[in-house]
Amino acid sequence: MARPTDVEALRDELKTVGERGLITRGLGRSYGDPAQNAGGTVLDLTDWDTILDVDTAAPNVRVQAGISLDRLLRALLPLGLWLPVVPGTRQVTVGGAIAADVHGKNHHVDGSFGNHVSEFDILLASGDIVTAAPDGDNAELFWATVGGMGLTGVVLEATIQLKEVETSYFVVDTDRTANLSQMLTALETGDDDYTYSVAWFDTATTGDSLGRGVIMRGNTASREALDPDQRRAALEFAAPQRGRVPFELPVGLVNRFSAKAFNALWYAKSPRHRTDEIQDITQFFHPLDIVGDWNRVYGPKGFCQYQFVVPFGEEAAFTTIVETIAQSDHVSSLNVLKRFGPGNRAPLSFPISGWTLAVDLPVRAGLDALLNHLDQLVLAAGGRIYLAKDSRISAATFAQMYPRLDEFRASRARFDPTHTFRSDLSRRLDL
Amino acid sequence: MINALGIPQHILLLGGTSDIALAIAETYAAQAPNLTVTLAARSGDRRDAAVQQLSAKGCTVSAVDFEALDTASHGALIAGIDGDIDLAIVAFGLLGDPEEAWTDVEVARELAEVNYVGAVTTGVALAARIRTQGHGVIVALSSVAGERPRRSNFVYGSTKAGFDAFYTGLGEALRELGGRVLVVRPGFVKSKMTDGLDPAPLATTPEAVAEAVVAAVRDGKEQIWVPGTMRVVMSGLRHVPRVIFRRLPV
Ligand SMILES: Cc1cc2nc3c(=O)[nH]c(=O)nc-3n(C[C@H](O)[C@H](O)[C@H](O)COP(=O)(O)OP(=O)(O)OC[C@H]3O[C@@H](n4cnc5c(N)ncnc54)[C@H](O)[C@@H]3O)c2cc1C
Repeated sequence: MARPTDVEALRDELKTVGERGLITRGLGRSYGDPAQNAGGTVLDLTDWDTILDVDTAAPNVRVQAGISLDRLLRALLPLGLWLPVVPGTRQVTVGGAIAADVHGKNHHVDGSFGNHVSEFDILLASGDIVTAAPDGDNAELFWATVGGMGLTGVVLEATIQLKEVETSYFVVDTDRTANLSQMLTALETGDDDYTYSVAWFDTATTGDSLGRGVIMRGNTASREALDPDQRRAALEFAAPQRGRVPFELPVGLVNRFSAKAFNALWYAKSPRHRTDEIQDITQFFHPLDIVGDWNRVYGPKGFCQYQFVVPFGEEAAFTTIVETIAQSDHVSSLNVLKRFGPGNRAPLSFPISGWTLAVDLPVRAGLDALLNHLDQLVLAAGGRIYLAKDSRISAATFAQMYPRLDEFRASRARFDPTHTFRSDLSRRLDL
Repeated sequence: MINALGIPQHILLLGGTSDIALAIAETYAAQAPNLTVTLAARSGDRRDAAVQQLSAKGCTVSAVDFEALDTASHGALIAGIDGDIDLAIVAFGLLGDPEEAWTDVEVARELAEVNYVGAVTTGVALAARIRTQGHGVIVALSSVAGERPRRSNFVYGSTKAGFDAFYTGLGEALRELGGRVLVVRPGFVKSKMTDGLDPAPLATTPEAVAEAVVAAVRDGKEQIWVPGTMRVVMSGLRHVPRVIFRRLPV
């Protein structure tokens, strides 16, 4: 692990790189192996975390790529500014957000992170620093880097366009649906009225209540919407951590039955229909932070995230996939469903118009067979899986899911012909 | 890489025609479409058949010539294998005729060279690969016979005792470098190697050993006995006084 603090030290790393190459790491919040490089160098960029310039008129912000979204949001909010895309955790870096082209609850309205980057400076394998923007001479480099999992170079600085907000609160509507088809219909008809939308559902029930769930949708709150108390600190970063899982629970505690119980409880405790509730950032954006270290309840063996998207029109395939999970003896507690809007120009960017679902399955015997099967269902429906959460798909299946992979490979060959930038992910999937 | 679910992309079988090694490869093949397998074995019909067998399971198979006795060749052979070796199975070995083995110098020497010396040279060569790769798992097929050698086949037992000690130590050495060694101690396995012998108590099969190995690799274990009850039996037997041990029907 290398921690260079200036450009010269970075260039030295490039010059002395070994046969196993080098990969940049942000906060390591990817689920799989994109920021790992067995036998090679891993470049920790988290010391590169300065806010270089805020332009409140544009509005935009210029930052070093190792800064976390959490710190950035805390600095921007008092100025009435907000990041255009925030993923399910704030503990990711700007570099990581570009490299995975992350999405938030507002993808159907605002697209992914790369859509809001107006330019960045990237250090290439040659040692040159190049400025790239979505259009113009370096557009190919720009779009290969967005979603490119760190394989084109090291993003050093980036300029991100911002949103203006009056408060740090959200006005939220919650709806409970009795089954999956009700859920899909509700999302289809109502989503466009909300900037942020996400649904959680139960993947453990089968039959008539297959996919029953809870939809949470909202918009940023205006000052008028707040009560006087909240108004006094309208732009405060209200993100209390409400409790933690203090230790690793013994394996086996999260078994099919407890996970089922969790699913049922979550469903039961959610309101049938509630409108105009004011929620803070944590309640609305990161409800799992309420139980910090949520992943610990799975015990030391951990779990496997599986996130896929299938295009609109493939609702039957989507339902089959949910059924397949529900009927297996693997139970996910955390199931997040969303509608994606159109994708962008990046060849490896994950989002495409359609339904996306993320599930969290404890690792145990037989999981591989289930996930291999799901891969095939997703592929047959014209869908794909998300690289930032993958740790197991095969190179061949991946290549079929991403028809523009060769375009990415050509760009990689152009900007890094000798593959200085490599990771366990790039070797595993032959990127 | 061995993925998050414990499944490798590329397996190297040393002793590529061993029933146990093939059963392990087949178990992975059933879970991993596109598994790549390199079969290191002596050329011939048995190796061709093994290539066929694994290809039929959807594996991409290539064969390389491997002679356990040619210890000088092991370094270059293993260094020359393309792509990361995610999992290597050290499965070659001779059982030999136990009475010949302790009375005939040549038979004893061959057993010792194949089972111990050859295993050490391949182990060192594999370790060099793991050091540069920064990852990799070695599955070393030891035997309960090495835990407490018996009068009935102590030459074999002694080679496995050395083998077991070497790979156990290698596991310690590779731990900090991203590597791992799984030492597998099967009891009596009904296979080609034991054809014609009377199965001992708690006899097992190549398929059962394979299942146990795949689960142990997934769970990050460093040693297993197959069947698992062997562990208890052996820890008991290790402490039985010699005068009694020699009378036991084991
Ligand atoms: C609880 C949780 C919830 C999540 N929710 C979401 C979600 O809702 N939506 C979503 O899209 N994702 C989500 N993710 C995934 C996460 O957003 C991505 O994995 C993100 O890339 C992690 O950023 P990081 O800084 O930790 O990067 P790392 O994990 O360290 O690295 C990720 C990739 O970025 C590359 N990289 C990092 N910095 C640079 C740089 N400066 N230049 C070039 N390449 C670089 C690395 O090489 C690597 O390929 C979630 C993850 C967690 C743990």
